[in-house]
Amino acid sequence: MLTTLSRDRLTITREQDVVPCRNRVKEAAVRIGMGIVNQTKLITAASELIRNMLRYAGGGELLIEVVCKGRESGIRLTFTDQGPGIADIQLAMQDGYSTGKSLGLGLPGTKRLVNEFDLESILGQGTTITILKWKNG
Amino acid sequence: MANTITELLKKNKTQLLDRWIHVQLTSQTLRDDLMSDDELRAQSEELVNALAKVITEENSNQPDSADFDEVFEILSTISMSRARQGFSPRETGTYINSLREAIINLLQEQLLESPAQLFAESQKLTRLLDHFSVITFETFIKGREEVIFRQTEEISDISTPVIQIWDGILALPIIGTLDSSRTQVVMENLLQKIVDTGSSIAILDISGVPAVDSLVAQHLIKTVSATRLMGADCIISGIRPEIAQTVVHLGIDLSNIITKASLASALKHAFSLQKLVIKRLEGDKIR
Amino acid sequence: MDKIPILRMGTFLLVTIQVDLYDRLALNLESDLINMVHKTGARGVLIDISAVSIVDSFMGRILGNIACMTRVLDAETVVVGMQPAVAITLIELGLSLNGVYTALDVERGISLLQTKLGPNDELADDDADDTE
Repeated sequence: MLTTLSRDRLTITREQDVVPCRNRVKEAAVRIGMGIVNQTKLITAASELIRNMLRYAGGGELLIEVVCKGRESGIRLTFTDQGPGIADIQLAMQDGYSTGKSLGLGLPGTKRLVNEFDLESILGQGTTITILKWKNG
Repeated sequence: MANTITELLKKNKTQLLDRWIHVQLTSQTLRDDLMSDDELRAQSEELVNALAKVITEENSNQPDSADFDEVFEILSTISMSRARQGFSPRETGTYINSLREAIINLLQEQLLESPAQLFAESQKLTRLLDHFSVITFETFIKGREEVIFRQTEEISDISTPVIQIWDGILALPIIGTLDSSRTQVVMENLLQKIVDTGSSIAILDISGVPAVDSLVAQHLIKTVSATRLMGADCIISGIRPEIAQTVVHLGIDLSNIITKASLASALKHAFSLQKLVIKRLEGDKIR
Repeated sequence: MDKIPILRMGTFLLVTIQVDLYDRLALNLESDLINMVHKTGARGVLIDISAVSIVDSFMGRILGNIACMTRVLDAETVVVGMQPAVAITLIELGLSLNGVYTALDVERGISLLQTKLGPNDELADDDADDTE
C-alpha cells in the first residue's frame, strides 16, 4: 500500500530548468530525511531523465511525490513527455546503447541508482518514466 | 442473569476477569519470570474494561466495526510489548485464547437451559475473538520484525569499522558476506573516513569474507573504483588461496586492482607508495 | 552569461567549480579551458569539484573529454575533491572516469601533477634524448 503525502508538479522546457528541478527534488528528499548518498543518487537519476526529456522530446513534465509504505518513506518522480517515444525499450535499457551521441548510460545507469524503475512508451505519443527511491533504500 | 456476551461482559465483568486471570495463572504457558501477577492482572483488566465499554448488541456481530479500535489499540500494545519482552508466539496466542475460554465457561453456566442461545452467542464470540487473535498475531510479528530490523542496523553499523593504521593509511576489515546494502555502508564509511582523515591509501581486508562470487567481486570492484574517484589508492588484502582460485575460475578480472595475500604485505606496499621505509635500529637485538 | 574563472598557477591551471553546472556552462568551461591550455602552454589542469553535489553522466563526459583533450595538448588533468556521495553515485551509474587522474585535494593534485611531469619537464626542453 503506497500513500502519497505530497505532490509537486514542474514543467521543463529549457536547459536552464535542469538545476531548479534538481533543487526541488533535493528539497523533497531533505524533507523526509534521506541520507546524503541516497539523495545524490536520486538527484543524479532525476538529472539524467530530465536531460533525456530535453534531448529527445524537447521537454516535458516532472511530478515529485513524497510517498510512504509502512514505516518506509520515499520519493517518487514521474517524468512525462510528448516526444517521439522509444522504439525498442529493451535495447534502450542496455548499457552502452544510445541513439543520441551520449555514453548510453542514461536509462540503465538511472535504473541502478533507484529502487524502482518503470518505463512506458508509445511510439509517436510520448514516454512516461517513474522512479522511486526509498529513504533507506 | 446474562443472556448474551454483551450483557455478560457488562454485568459480570469482575467475575469474568477473575476467571480469566485464574485460567492464565494455572496455564502451563504462564511466564511469571517475564511478568509479575500484578502486571498481568492490570493488563488483563485494562483489556476487559475496554471491551466491556465498547461492546454492544449491535457491534458484537461485527468484529471489524470501528467501535473496537480502542480494544485493538490495547491489544496491539500488549502483544507488541510481549514480542519485545521475549514471549513466544504460543504464549502470546494463549493469552487471548484464554479470554475466550473464560467467557465461554461463564456463558455456559448462565445459559445451561437454552443451548440454542448458547450456540449462537458462542459463535458470535468466536468470530470476535478470532479477529482479536489475528490482530494480536499481526502486531506480535511486527514487534519481532522491529527487533530484527534494529539488530540488522546495529550489525551493519558495528561490522564495518574503518581504522586509521598509519598517517594517511586506512584499513577496513570486512567480516561476513558482502551484499549490496552492506557494500553501500562499507563504501560510505570508507569514503567519508578518507575525506575526514585525508588518507590517500585504503586497505580492504577480505580475510573475513567467507566466499567471493562474481557479485561480491563486483561490489569490491565498485568500492575500489569509488575510492579511486576520490583520489585515493585502494589495496585489497587477505585473499585466501581458495578465493584466488574461485576468482580465476569465475573469470573475474581483478587486474586493475592491487591485491595482496596478507594485510602485512598490503601495509608494506602502502609504505612504499608513501615512500616510507621501516628500519630496525642497528645494534638492537630482538628480544 | 555566467563564466567559470580559470586561474593560472605557474605551469598549471586551476578551475574551482562552485555552482551547479547547467549544460551550456559546462560546455563553455570545456572550450575555455582547452583554449587556455593551448594559449598558456600549461602542463597540468586541476579541476576542483569539492563544492559540486551532483555529477551526472553529462558532467562526467565533460570531465572525461577535458582530460582527453588536454592530453592531446600535452597537459594532464586531475579532478580533485570529489564528494563521497558523488563518487558512489558515479560508480553506480557506470561511470568510472578511467583516464582521468584524481586527488583528494588541490595540494595533493599539484604534487601528483609534479610527479607525473616533474622529472621530464625541464629536461625535455634541453635534451629530449637523454630522458629516453
